[in-house]
Amino acid sequence: MLKNRIIPCLDVKNGRVVKGINFVDLKDAGDPVEQAKIYSDGGADEICFLDITASNENRETIYDVVEKTSKKCFVPLTVGGGVRSIDDINKLLNCGADKVSINTAAVQNPDVVLESSKKFGSQCIVVAIDAKKNGDKWEIFTHGGRNNTGINAIEFSKKMEFSGAGELLVTSMDRDGTQVGYDIDLMSKISSQINIPVIASGGVGNLDHLVDGIKLGNASAVLAASIFHYGKHSVKEAKEYLDSKGIPVRI
Amino acid sequence: MNVTIVDYNSGNISSVINSFKEVAKDNVNITVSSDLGMIKSCDKVVLPGQGSFKSCVSALNNISGLVDVLNDFTVVHKKPILGICVGLQMFADVGYEETETKGLSWIPGKVLKIDNKNGKYKLPHIGWNQINIVKQSSMYNNIENNSHMYFVHSYEFVPEDKKVISATTDYSSKIVCAVEKENIFGTQFHPEKSDKVGLTLIQNFLKI
Repeated sequence: MLKNRIIPCLDVKNGRVVKGINFVDLKDAGDPVEQAKIYSDGGADEICFLDITASNENRETIYDVVEKTSKKCFVPLTVGGGVRSIDDINKLLNCGADKVSINTAAVQNPDVVLESSKKFGSQCIVVAIDAKKNGDKWEIFTHGGRNNTGINAIEFSKKMEFSGAGELLVTSMDRDGTQVGYDIDLMSKISSQINIPVIASGGVGNLDHLVDGIKLGNASAVLAASIFHYGKHSVKEAKEYLDSKGIPVRI
Repeated sequence: MNVTIVDYNSGNISSVINSFKEVAKDNVNITVSSDLGMIKSCDKVVLPGQGSFKSCVSALNNISGLVDVLNDFTVVHKKPILGICVGLQMFADVGYEETETKGLSWIPGKVLKIDNKNGKYKLPHIGWNQINIVKQSSMYNNIENNSHMYFVHSYEFVPEDKKVISATTDYSSKIVCAVEKENIFGTQFHPEKSDKVGLTLIQNFLKI
């Protein structure tokens, strides 16, 4: 039976791990390579690096982090943040990333998704969707949540599936950093409209939120950062908790 | 012992390289190459493969003489070869991803899209699934039945002769996830991404 995945996410800036509260007020909390190794040893199903300020700053540090991590962790490694072009994707994959997540570039130029999934295969193309509720719909934000595009998130998700994305990483901008739980409506709406896996992100504050993301949000995988990172819970604890709630996980 | 990971521009093979280098002991040399002489003279070959069946087959054909050398290595000299993901799929006669494409025809069979039962099963089949080992093989030494392996694929290999199947996994139906025919080994899952149990499988291949 296919298991639901738990994906700890490390926000990386200049080669160091940080976690934003609504993408501002960053705290430095360690070496990404060591953190990733702790997670994979603890049973993380995948590791995600998000280079959060990559759109604005020197990006070379992430390649070094990815290269070192991929030599120590033998679970899938997804890297996102500031991925603009086929060339960026190629470089990250060559450094040892297994998947690359594309956010702003997918919105500005959907052909990047089409071309990259053709060139490298859908299996390594994750489209990251940052969505915020506006009235009764959700709209896509880009540039780390700074720009509202007004694009309907559900429609965009379908378009990305059609363009060849292998998975969607859906983050609720309303919930990110708040620790009040995923936006379940958003996750379940997107998941019911597309046939590729959805990774739920944004807002996890406790282990029940992970359960909700899978049971109510119909996510194939749940991504979280701070509940793992500050030692609040281990990945093992999270898996045992999900297992106790009847959710299939790899233990 | 010399092991060559065939680098034929089939997409991202850095994880395959990292994992083999991690488990290779002193007397095992891991080389990454598309050099025909290197492949001919080595003891074992690893054939990775990412992207579509069609793109991998064209990438193989784009390197002049490579398919002949691989045929010679595998079919004539019967040296051990491990295909991973699309690397395994290419052992078949034919694949239907994008368009009908001829494979290497080492193991009779077809590569078909997984039946998603009208959307009940999401595709690609991504994540950790358990393998049901159906064949006694040294490839599965120290690997428990129902171990988890990491998968990412939308197509499955359907061999004509069911005796070549060494493991299956449940996703929509019983999917063939590993095959073995004499010196030819293949895994649909990614041992290089399957944590300790995946590294054990790689080690087993190196020991064969």
